[in-house]
Amino acid sequence: MSSIFTILISTILVNNYVFAKFLGICPFLGVSGKMETATGMGVAVTFVTTLAGIVTYILQKYVLDSLGLGYLQTIVFILVIASLVQFVEMAIKKMSPTLYNALGVYLPLITTNCIVLGVSILNIQEGYTLIETITSSVGAALGFFLALVLMAGLREKLELADIPEALEGFPITLIATGLMSIAFSGFAGLV
Amino acid sequence: MTDIINPVLVLGSLAAAFGVILAIASKVFFVPTDPKVAQLQNVLPGANCGACGYPGCSGLANALAAGKAPVNACSIGGQKVADLVADILGADSADIDKEVAVVLCQGDCDKAKDKYIYEGIQDCRISDKLSDGQKSCSYGCLGCGTCRDVCQFDAIDMINGIAYIDREKCTACRKCVEVCPKHIIEMVPYDNHVAVKCKSEDPGKVVRGNCEIGCIGCKICVKNCPEDAFSFENNLAKINYEKCTNCLVCVEKCPTKCINLMVEEESDNIAI
Repeated sequence: MSSIFTILISTILVNNYVFAKFLGICPFLGVSGKMETATGMGVAVTFVTTLAGIVTYILQKYVLDSLGLGYLQTIVFILVIASLVQFVEMAIKKMSPTLYNALGVYLPLITTNCIVLGVSILNIQEGYTLIETITSSVGAALGFFLALVLMAGLREKLELADIPEALEGFPITLIATGLMSIAFSGFAGLV
Repeated sequence: MTDIINPVLVLGSLAAAFGVILAIASKVFFVPTDPKVAQLQNVLPGANCGACGYPGCSGLANALAAGKAPVNACSIGGQKVADLVADILGADSADIDKEVAVVLCQGDCDKAKDKYIYEGIQDCRISDKLSDGQKSCSYGCLGCGTCRDVCQFDAIDMINGIAYIDREKCTACRKCVEVCPKHIIEMVPYDNHVAVKCKSEDPGKVVRGNCEIGCIGCKICVKNCPEDAFSFENNLAKINYEKCTNCLVCVEKCPTKCINLMVEEESDNIAI
C-alpha cells in the first residue's frame, strides 16, 4: 500500500513528467493558453494514459516478454496506443456525444504523444505490477494535468502583464516553465 | 531464421488484429453525420485557432451545419471562406441576417462624470477591478480600448473616451463582445439602425446625475413607438429588433438622445 502512495506522490510532484522529465512539452505549451482547453486536454490525457498503461502492460507481459521480443517494445507500443486512441474516440462518439464534445478535439492530438508513450515504457522499465502501473499512469497524467492547469492560470495572468516585446508569447512561457521546473525540484526530498 | 520470422509475425498479426478491430469498430460505432460537415471542414482553414468561439474547425463545421453559427463565423478565413461556406450550405443560409457589434454607451469624457482619475494599465479588464472603473456610472464604457486591441479587423476606434465600431468593417466575430468587462457591446442586426445606447440599470435620477446621455427610464419611447417595439425592464428601454422598422420616431422623441443611430453619418442614407 505504501509503495502505491509513494508512486503517486513521486509521479505527480517529484518526478513530474513535464517539469522533471520534460515529456509532453508540446501539448503543454500548445493548449495551456486558456483554462478551459487546459482542463479538457488534462482530462483526455489522464484517460488515455491510464488506458494505454494498462494495455501496454498486458501486451508486454503476455506477448512480448513470453516470446522474447522485448526489443519490439517501442514500435508495438506506438501501434497499440494509436489504435487504442482511435478506438476510444469512435466508441465515445457513439456512446456519449457529450463526452465526445468535451474530449473529442484533444483525443487525436494525443494519439502518440510522447508523454503517453513515455509513461508506458517507463512503467515497464521500473518493473511495476499491474496495480502499480495503473497508479503510476494516473499519477503521471495528474501531474501533467496539474502542470497544464498551473501554466494556464499563469498564462491568463501573463496576458495582462507588461512584458518586454521580445519576450512576449512563447519566450516568457518557456521562462515561466523553467522557473516552475526549478520550483518543482523542491519536492525532491519528499520521496 | 526464426529471429526474423517471429517479430514479423508478431508485429504483423498485432497490426492486423488492431486493423480488424478498428474496422469492426468503425461499423459498430458508426455515427451518421451530416455530409455537409465534412465539406465544411475542408473549406475551413484548419488552424483550430478557436477565434470563432467553437472548439476548433470541426466544432465550427458542426455548428455551421446545424445552422447555429453565421456563415461568416470564421474570422480568419474572412470573406473568401464565408462565400465557400455559404455555397455549401445553399441558398437558405445566404438569408442569414448579418449582425454587427455596437457599443451601448455614449458617455464620453464630456458627457459622463468620473469618480477618480485612472492612471493604471490601459486595459478595461484591469481598470474595472478598481471599484467598477473610474466612471461615476458603473455600467459605462471605461475607454481603455481593450475591445480595440482584440479587434482583428481594425473596426473599433476610441473617440473621446468611448469605443465606436465601424459597421462596415465589423465581421461579427464577437471578440469585443466577449472581452468587454462591462458587457456593453452587443450584436444587433445590420439592417437595423437604431439602438438604445445605454446599459445603466440605475434609477433615472442617478443616471441623470452621472451622465448627460443615459437612459433615464422616462418610457417616452415605449409610448411613442408606432410598431410597439419597445419594452422596459430594469430601468432600461429595450428594442425588439424583429418589430423595429427604422422609423426613427424614438430617436426624435428621446429626451436625452440616448436612443441614437448606430453611426452618425448614416442618417443621410436612411429613407425616413
